[in-house]
Amino acid sequence: MTKYIDQGKNDTRSGYGDAMTELGRTNPNVVALCADLIGSLKIQPFIDENPERFFQVGIAEANMMGIAAGLTIGGKIPFASTFANFATGRVYDQIRQSIAYSDKNVKICASHAGVTLGEDGATHQILEDIGMMKMLPGMTVINPCDYNQTKAATLAIADHVGPVYLRFGRPKVANFTPVDQKFEIGKAVMLSEGTDVTIVATGHLVWEALIAAEKLEEQGISAEVINFHTIKPFDEEALLKSVKKTGCVVSAEEHNFLGGLGESVARTLTVHNPTPQEFVATQDTFGESGTPEQLMEKYGLNNKAIEKAVLKVLKRK
Amino acid sequence: MAKLDELQDIVVQTRRDILRMVHKVNSGHPGGSLGCTEFLVALYNEVMDLKEGFDMDGKDEDLFFLSNGHISPVFYSVLARKGYFPVEELNTFRLLNSRLQGHPTTHEGLPGVRVASGSLGQGMSVAIGAALGKKLNGDDKLVYSLHGDGELQEGQNWEAIMYAAGNKVDNLISTIDRNGQQIDGPTEEILPLGNLKEKFEVFGWDVLEVAEGNSLEAIVNALNEAKSRTGKGKPVCIILDTMMGNGVDFMMHTHAWHGKAPSDEQLENALGQNPETLGDY
Repeated sequence: MTKYIDQGKNDTRSGYGDAMTELGRTNPNVVALCADLIGSLKIQPFIDENPERFFQVGIAEANMMGIAAGLTIGGKIPFASTFANFATGRVYDQIRQSIAYSDKNVKICASHAGVTLGEDGATHQILEDIGMMKMLPGMTVINPCDYNQTKAATLAIADHVGPVYLRFGRPKVANFTPVDQKFEIGKAVMLSEGTDVTIVATGHLVWEALIAAEKLEEQGISAEVINFHTIKPFDEEALLKSVKKTGCVVSAEEHNFLGGLGESVARTLTVHNPTPQEFVATQDTFGESGTPEQLMEKYGLNNKAIEKAVLKVLKRK
Repeated sequence: MAKLDELQDIVVQTRRDILRMVHKVNSGHPGGSLGCTEFLVALYNEVMDLKEGFDMDGKDEDLFFLSNGHISPVFYSVLARKGYFPVEELNTFRLLNSRLQGHPTTHEGLPGVRVASGSLGQGMSVAIGAALGKKLNGDDKLVYSLHGDGELQEGQNWEAIMYAAGNKVDNLISTIDRNGQQIDGPTEEILPLGNLKEKFEVFGWDVLEVAEGNSLEAIVNALNEAKSRTGKGKPVCIILDTMMGNGVDFMMHTHAWHGKAPSDEQLENALGQNPETLGDY
């Protein structure tokens, strides 16, 4: 299988922050909003260089989404950022009416998604956001896997006209995608070709999928690993082409199995090519306090869980 | 200034449009629409600096945002009579495949509408965003918004009110339609709003109260006064005391017509009180 090297652990939110710095220099229409979480979102350099293009809204996310919608009128491209929980569930109707239904070119940029937020616990660990956002008509949903890809995705969505939900996380994780890889919205990335099973993963689980594939290879199992950084629009062609070859699939995501990537996979397969599938995802539960590693272990969101799911789905072929 | 009697002709025709629109589909919100007719007619035909035609960005012209989207009948009539779209299209209000949805939306491409509204409490935030955009673009035109008084029960308004003052959004004029009524009854019974003027002032706004909120002259004077107070470091609020159902005697002094259409006989009675001026659609 194709080997990937960790170029040095980094957090995906820094990919966002560094891309914002770049956008501040290259795109005069880009403006940033934040709800009292500048440090967590890593956007201080953007603010230092473009103070007039930054709007600190305070702890008032509903107002932030509305202001972002209004800023698009006149041609600005607002990047509204906060923790994923407060960027989605807390303001669902504001996003629905003022942004999605109103066709506003707002980029909702959400850090600290999933259980890997860690010790803050379930009040802050949203596992339902992909589902909420992908159900909104016209919303693009992206969940990049590492620092490089988050940076590339942030740059890419500035050029995309329409509302986008960009989801990333808190912990430092392996940074393994090529540094200058162009980000194509809606186009899944083939990471490693295989013949026995397809593993489709998104976000932090992509690296775990690669580790699982290496361990499976040692057992003589050839796994194909595809990075579905975009959940909507969903790259049906990439999935169908792969399962035609492998005949079974494991989906892996740091999200509830209801509403996430796995469900988009299942829907596509059901319609076009019914195929055995196992879900690596949280099982309709809230998270809890703990370290990211402990939580990924407890909630079955790591390479061990993926490996187990592969062995299970292979028996169902 | 356009002669007041010319504006009054538009007001009466707009009332007829509202009544006929809601009657035809037996749904919609005539009460609040009638209460804000003079305000919106004056705003669009006398006060706002508007360009020909419509483009979403609205650069170098004044902008208006309707937050209390349920008074869409008056909004649609005023937009159509101003020339944003054919008045005949008022015939399609709330019908399948219409651009004139029950609550205003940009989604069907209706000229004149810049954001969807109806789920309450969101419009002021959007207006603030548009006002900030104007400042960034070096555009010295103004942003207006309209809000129901009952709508102020939504917490997002107070986030927006706090933000606008704290950040000196002084190219914004937000008007509160204080008709004292909401669907379930008088606002003071449902959830008292208290002293709105003091509330806005203590948040840092410059506030005008207009007791005669259905007088064209009072409205025009208040809006001109509000314009003169922009650019001075504070957002401006107009608290407009209006009569829900104004211009139709049996729809006044009650919340009963908040979301109810008139019967055939009631329509005839109401139209009789407002004889055709500019021609029905």
